[in-house]
Amino acid sequence: MAANPRIIIVGGGLAGLSAAIKCAEMGASVDLFSIVPVKRSHSVCAQGGINAAKNLKGEGDSTWQHLDDTVYGGDFLANQPPVKAMCDMAPAIIDLLDRMGVTFNRTPEGLLDFRRFGGTLHHRTAFAGATTGQQLLYALDEQVRRFESEDKVTKYESWEFLSAVLDPQRVCRGICAMDLRTMEVKTFPADAVIIATGGIGAIFGKSTNSVVCTGSAQSALYQQGAYYANGEMIQVHPTSIPGEDKLRLMSESARGEGGRVWVPKQKGDKRPAKSIPEGERWYFLEEWYPKYGNLVPRDVATRAIHKVVHEYDLGIDGQPMVYLDLTHIDRETLNKKLEGILEIYEKFVGDDPREVPMKIFPGMHYTMGGLWVDFNQQTNIQGLYAAGECDYSIHGSNRLGANSLLSCIYGGFIAGPNAVRYGRENGKSSDGVPSSVYETEKKRQDELNSRLMTSDGTENPFKLWRELGEWMSKNVTVSRYNKNLKETDTKIVELLERYRHVNVSDKSMWANTSFAFTRQLYNMLQLARVVTQGALMRDESRGSHYKPDFPDRDDKNWLKTTKAYFAPDADEPRFEFEAVDISLVPPRVRKY
Amino acid sequence: MANKTVLIKIKRQANPESQPYWEEFELTWRPGMNVISSIMEIAANPVTRDGKKTTPIVYDSNCLEEVCGSCAMLINGRARMACSALIDKLDQPITLEPFSKFPVVRDLSVDRSVLFENLKAVKAWVPVDGTYDLGSGPRMTPDEQEGAYPLSRCISCCCCMEACPQFNESTGFVGAATISQVRLFNTHPTGKVLKQDRLSALMGDGGIQECGYAQNCVEVCPKDIPLTKSISEVGKDVMKKAVVDFFRQ
Repeated sequence: MAANPRIIIVGGGLAGLSAAIKCAEMGASVDLFSIVPVKRSHSVCAQGGINAAKNLKGEGDSTWQHLDDTVYGGDFLANQPPVKAMCDMAPAIIDLLDRMGVTFNRTPEGLLDFRRFGGTLHHRTAFAGATTGQQLLYALDEQVRRFESEDKVTKYESWEFLSAVLDPQRVCRGICAMDLRTMEVKTFPADAVIIATGGIGAIFGKSTNSVVCTGSAQSALYQQGAYYANGEMIQVHPTSIPGEDKLRLMSESARGEGGRVWVPKQKGDKRPAKSIPEGERWYFLEEWYPKYGNLVPRDVATRAIHKVVHEYDLGIDGQPMVYLDLTHIDRETLNKKLEGILEIYEKFVGDDPREVPMKIFPGMHYTMGGLWVDFNQQTNIQGLYAAGECDYSIHGSNRLGANSLLSCIYGGFIAGPNAVRYGRENGKSSDGVPSSVYETEKKRQDELNSRLMTSDGTENPFKLWRELGEWMSKNVTVSRYNKNLKETDTKIVELLERYRHVNVSDKSMWANTSFAFTRQLYNMLQLARVVTQGALMRDESRGSHYKPDFPDRDDKNWLKTTKAYFAPDADEPRFEFEAVDISLVPPRVRKY
Repeated sequence: MANKTVLIKIKRQANPESQPYWEEFELTWRPGMNVISSIMEIAANPVTRDGKKTTPIVYDSNCLEEVCGSCAMLINGRARMACSALIDKLDQPITLEPFSKFPVVRDLSVDRSVLFENLKAVKAWVPVDGTYDLGSGPRMTPDEQEGAYPLSRCISCCCCMEACPQFNESTGFVGAATISQVRLFNTHPTGKVLKQDRLSALMGDGGIQECGYAQNCVEVCPKDIPLTKSISEVGKDVMKKAVVDFFRQ
């Protein structure tokens, strides 16, 4: 019985910070681990806003409607009770963020302003310019800094999670982590552990995700026995800007504020976009989806763009790109509501999107799947919780825009208190765990490190990673064919084999980032198989998961959650399936 | 065009105690390159210009969209973010150096934790009563929001501190970023309850008085934050407080 339990939180984005705040508030001691200073976490990249059915625009919006939009948007693959709990909590979360000082945009009366977003017909998205994620992360970061100054939170920044410490009963008793400066491996005891390590974009090479979003922590836990659910559900955002180093997001809020997607009707039209007359432009989203127009959900918009550029061959300059046009909106409105993203386009592409239509391209963006959790955010490993993008629970097979910030904070607000309660009620606290449990895990990780350090093969880890990314992006994103998926899995097995001959050219034991990356790469490869094989098995089309050979949703056979677990002897994933809780909104055909 | 290359000189340092040295790299030019994609290219093929095998460059990075504040460094001598530094807009050879006023960790990576300590010292937060459902926040006019929003976009990159002639060991100056955060929280309807504490923290040695009005901060800020305006506003408040405190003694 631990009155003030020690809680370890891994990850300092919105989910990790909201869990930290709840735990500290309840009197727990929090150890917060993060690869980067928490203020630099990937949540800063979220742009458009956060959903809550506050119904401040007289549209008759309700939390039930928010639930309905979310499960319909996710094509009915999400368990509905936690989605309902999230939508019910959303208005209070917005109020709390407002009290914490988030600079949300305002109406003339001084109330919160709301904008439209994809997959709903209501103004439900609160926003702070076009940098909402940054503003939310800072508000929580500030509160955590306050707890830090009161010694209720201890930060371990520049530390990387390697594995959970599990006792012989497979109960989580802490974590094993590596100091990214001294490269020292250490174990840390805890009464409960919360994982909040975000998405897995790096598995796809270039994505809209940040550098740290490798999925390495989730993969390590999966290899230790945690279930990984709906791994095949990967969101490709319809509007990103291709770059040499990454794909930069162009927020859905651009369309929420009236942006229009089009291509020239004539193939190979070389005229500058602005000089192409209205009648010679094809606004294909507005034509195909008259009700939602440019604000259809992301999977739908992405497939439409794919069709236009690949089947109709109408991409701009023959490339897989279309126009996203804001030039009909006045400059002042654009600057007030979208400045952050317009600035990104200007800086990285060099054109002013207030004057010239943007050229955009679909890019891997979000991980709907993740660690399996129950309705209390606990994984199948006792004492181990997960929250945010790294858990699978809310978004089903497609996430609606502006639901991610919400689900991160909701997940943290559920995981935090449940971890504290578990720590309090759990009879044998971490104090009673024999030290050998920790020593064994540390030894395992030390051995892994020394094997890697002394490996003298010829494979460059960064080149292996590029190959993985190219294969995954080509075959496991928008359109999936079983033949290609099988070949991709075979390719990953080959990469895993080549990984055994990886050469870490930097052998030093100080701030060795390429060594840390090489460790992550192994976990990426293992998790890539979960994603690929999950996609291979699911012979239907649902949300983001689209197979041209199986174009329809098949509720009879596939209205179920994919659960992957690691078979250590075979060194590969095994799968089982679980019924989806559809007790609130009966599945119906999804047609926008 | 086929053989167009990019020449990059990088100042490297193995650890905080060791001597820095330079390495030169020649990369094949590709359209749309930035400093980050160039350093990534070196990691995939860590060989110097004269054919010597070397190690990948150590640097801080995360979002690559100029919003996380990680990848600040000196590029051709100027403090800026590496992700938004497009190769085609830089004079060659391109020089990359770590910030000079922060302890080097390794190569281009430096320790900027001083800023986060400063934010603690000035209580840069809104002291909410708790995270329970206590109703909506204070009303704010669109004008107030538009005043606060630019200040809240500070990405803690520390470019303003690196570029400031007064930010050095002898003055111990706190730097523009922290002062601007004081302005942000002092103008918030709830945040201003800690206004006097924050102003106290900015008095005396290393406080706001150390500012020499060189205006380099506002020049290099990647987010165009009105830093000099913040310094003058907060400076007035600190002055007022100093006078009031003097007569109270």
